[in-house]
Amino acid sequence: MKFGVVQFPGSCDERDAILACETVDGAEAVLLWHRDASLHGVDAIIIPGGFSFGDYLRVGAIAQFSPVMAAVINFANGGGPVVGICNGFQVLCETGLLPGALLPNENRRFVCRQLDVEVTSVDTPFTRGMAEGDVLSIPSKHTTGRYYAPPPLLEQLEADGQVVFRYAHGNNPNGSLNDIAGVCNTSRNVVGLMPHPEHAVDALTGSDDALPLFASLVRGVAAGV
Amino acid sequence: MSIKARVLIRPKQGILDPQGIAVEQALPALGFEGVSNVRIGRLIELDVQDVSQLDAMCKKLLANPLIEDYEVIGPDDVGSPGDVAAKGPGT
Repeated sequence: MKFGVVQFPGSCDERDAILACETVDGAEAVLLWHRDASLHGVDAIIIPGGFSFGDYLRVGAIAQFSPVMAAVINFANGGGPVVGICNGFQVLCETGLLPGALLPNENRRFVCRQLDVEVTSVDTPFTRGMAEGDVLSIPSKHTTGRYYAPPPLLEQLEADGQVVFRYAHGNNPNGSLNDIAGVCNTSRNVVGLMPHPEHAVDALTGSDDALPLFASLVRGVAAGV
Repeated sequence: MSIKARVLIRPKQGILDPQGIAVEQALPALGFEGVSNVRIGRLIELDVQDVSQLDAMCKKLLANPLIEDYEVIGPDDVGSPGDVAAKGPGT
């Protein structure tokens, strides 16, 4: 099982993402440089957090045109598992692989704190090992994390169960509609979320609640789902 | 021949604009009363050879049509006498 972690200029969480992937027995993780259009045979892709291309124009807007993203889009359209975290979520929304958009936080502040995040769908490769209603303590750190989808799209996402993570009651840090912290695509193989599971894999740094998410991906790939 | 174009991008109506709210709240503190509905967007200036591509540029990169409205405003011929006159002295 090999993870690929995409690195853009301005990415900053790719090392933690690699370490998080490698907490799972039998998993290795490699960096995928954004100018390289090859995915080097990886089985799952993480688009990590950071400030790709300086957040110029709009968050995630420029990264979507890096050569690696054409390969990521092909991989995702072929059913390969892709997870976008924070800036990675923003990039996936800009590419159209995920529905909706991320807007500046309602309170105009940079959010940096540990939050309770509820798993609301286990029907994705990233959450299959969890139970619906599980609450995970995961840090969030962003300025542009207010999830938005126009009303008809939002209703459709709710009806189709595409909301994968929700901020627990009183934990919505950014004014996201319906407390949405993460969503998946209609095929359910692409997941994006604002909180940072890669920073929640060791009790030493506050929480290891996110370990099962990475283990789910590995088991899913091993089982061919 | 390049044409100077401007694209005005604004948050869609109904979408909360925290920057606009911050500015709106700052103005009365400076003594400017009676200001409401402040919305902050951005203006992109660019020289293009083919003006007909501007709409596609906006849809694909310059704006995100899900959350933003865009408007291409008055492309002017670069360097035409009319353009210089329109800008007036001192430019």
